[in-house]
Amino acid sequence: MSEERIEGQPKYAPGTHVRSKDIRERKITYTWWEPEAQYAFSLGPANSRFLKELKAGKIIGRTCRKCDRVIVPPRMFCDWCYDTTHEWVYLKDTGTVETFSISYLDPDAHLIEDPILVGVISIDGASPKHGFMHYFGEMKPEDLRIGMKVKAVWKPKEERVGSVTDIKYFKPLIGGDE
Amino acid sequence: MRNVSVIGGGMSLFRRRLKETGKELSFLASKMAMEEAGVQRSDIDMVVMGSAPDAFDGIHMKGENLLDGAGGKDKPYVRVFNGGGTGVFAPIAGWWHVASGVADMVMVVCEEKMGSCNPHPQTAFRNIWDPILDRPLNPNLVWLFAMEMNRYMTRYDIKKEDIARVAVKNKRNAVGHPCAQLPDANITVEDVLNSEMMAWPVNRLDISPPSDGASALIYCSEEKAKEFTDDPINVAGVGWNIDSSMWTNRDLYFPDYVANAAKMAYKMAGINDPRKEIDFAEPYDPFTYKELHHLEGLLLCDKGEAPILTREGVTERDGDLPVCPSGGLLGVGNPIAATMGQKVCELYWQLAGKAGKRQIPGDPQVGVGQAWGDIMQMGTVLVMRRG
Repeated sequence: MSEERIEGQPKYAPGTHVRSKDIRERKITYTWWEPEAQYAFSLGPANSRFLKELKAGKIIGRTCRKCDRVIVPPRMFCDWCYDTTHEWVYLKDTGTVETFSISYLDPDAHLIEDPILVGVISIDGASPKHGFMHYFGEMKPEDLRIGMKVKAVWKPKEERVGSVTDIKYFKPLIGGDE
Repeated sequence: MRNVSVIGGGMSLFRRRLKETGKELSFLASKMAMEEAGVQRSDIDMVVMGSAPDAFDGIHMKGENLLDGAGGKDKPYVRVFNGGGTGVFAPIAGWWHVASGVADMVMVVCEEKMGSCNPHPQTAFRNIWDPILDRPLNPNLVWLFAMEMNRYMTRYDIKKEDIARVAVKNKRNAVGHPCAQLPDANITVEDVLNSEMMAWPVNRLDISPPSDGASALIYCSEEKAKEFTDDPINVAGVGWNIDSSMWTNRDLYFPDYVANAAKMAYKMAGINDPRKEIDFAEPYDPFTYKELHHLEGLLLCDKGEAPILTREGVTERDGDLPVCPSGGLLGVGNPIAATMGQKVCELYWQLAGKAGKRQIPGDPQVGVGQAWGDIMQMGTVLVMRRG
């Protein structure tokens, strides 16, 4: 980059570009560090019940009577009226695709061959646009569309551990599945 | 509240990796801003640092680490941080130091060193997700934006080629920027559409690059600014607003939090009709569709209208509403907080007529800059006006 000063314009500050191969080939001096912090997250009452019910093959939400709202994933407080929520309520394991992506990226941004189908599902029985992120399966990427009805496919009971992954994925809901 | 003027800006080179440390980059950008303003460190009362997640630089509480590079030693100093919103929020925090009368002159310094995180800073983003509901699904952050983009496209029946035009415009605009990482004078819509598919509907050229870089600007009270210039450039209004992290409990097609932040800033600036009164905009463009989403959030057009304005050339540098004349994040680079260089310093350089090859024709009087961040939550807005 130019260090020249153009009349009436700011002189831009420098910086020295380093390429990946400069690191690989040790052309620059650097130091390496790998943090080893580990965490045990306690789940709190709302998430604990949610995951316990998933283990039992059920999706549960929380109602806010004041807002006439059914919240999923459930929460102990309502962020609309800022008051405590009221009752537990079981919801269906079906819903609607609100949005989705067909991902060729793994979590570390490496490219993968078989795409991951992922999206947001609003759950039947909850308030509109209330749901969670999950995978889709038993469909071709080109069949996935916003507004389609889907149903949870659960892991076998003995494999469930109390995690969002106790649902394997959501599949297309075809008449009679419910 | 007092009127606050901008008297200098600075920016380092933006690159995927820079050899200089975060402290050194902060120093380089700060010295440039001080030189432009014609002030010494002893003239500066307080320093505000903006820097995004610690996990990028790999230094926990990096604000404290960076402070001497940012000229903050032995001064009132604070680091502010709200993810991608930081690039406009740090100058908002700097503004209130002077507007309140607590300080007469403040330097705002923003720094990001994403190249330290190996092999890719995406790995640090894994820790941004909710540990209970999201992380077991092994998400990639690009998923979020792909899902928001899809929702936005579907709601308004927007074609991908109209979104791709944003990358073409911004990477071409960046050709005039001395710091730019990915300028491209010859890029076409087809290049964007044919680039690698990352997470449909997001292609590689829809995404801004991770970068190292720093930027700085200097504020003082309008009264004091008269010692430096006859034609002060002032902060006219600021706004910020945030939605909850429960992004699966709302419709993603419109960023209400950006609109709330914009309304707050426009009210302070006395702007009643932003479409008529704002001459150019620097909305946050880490992804192509975000520029469009944010133009709508900034109330500069109707919902779903931004892609049409882009197709019709309204947002080109010589159009009726120039958008990202700096080259934006897509063209200049995305060292998260340091994008203050495109989103706020650029407003100053454009209004002061110092933007060189990037200068908007027609003597612009009012510009708006905006940033966005966290899990699709944060909107930060700053309006600047010629005195």
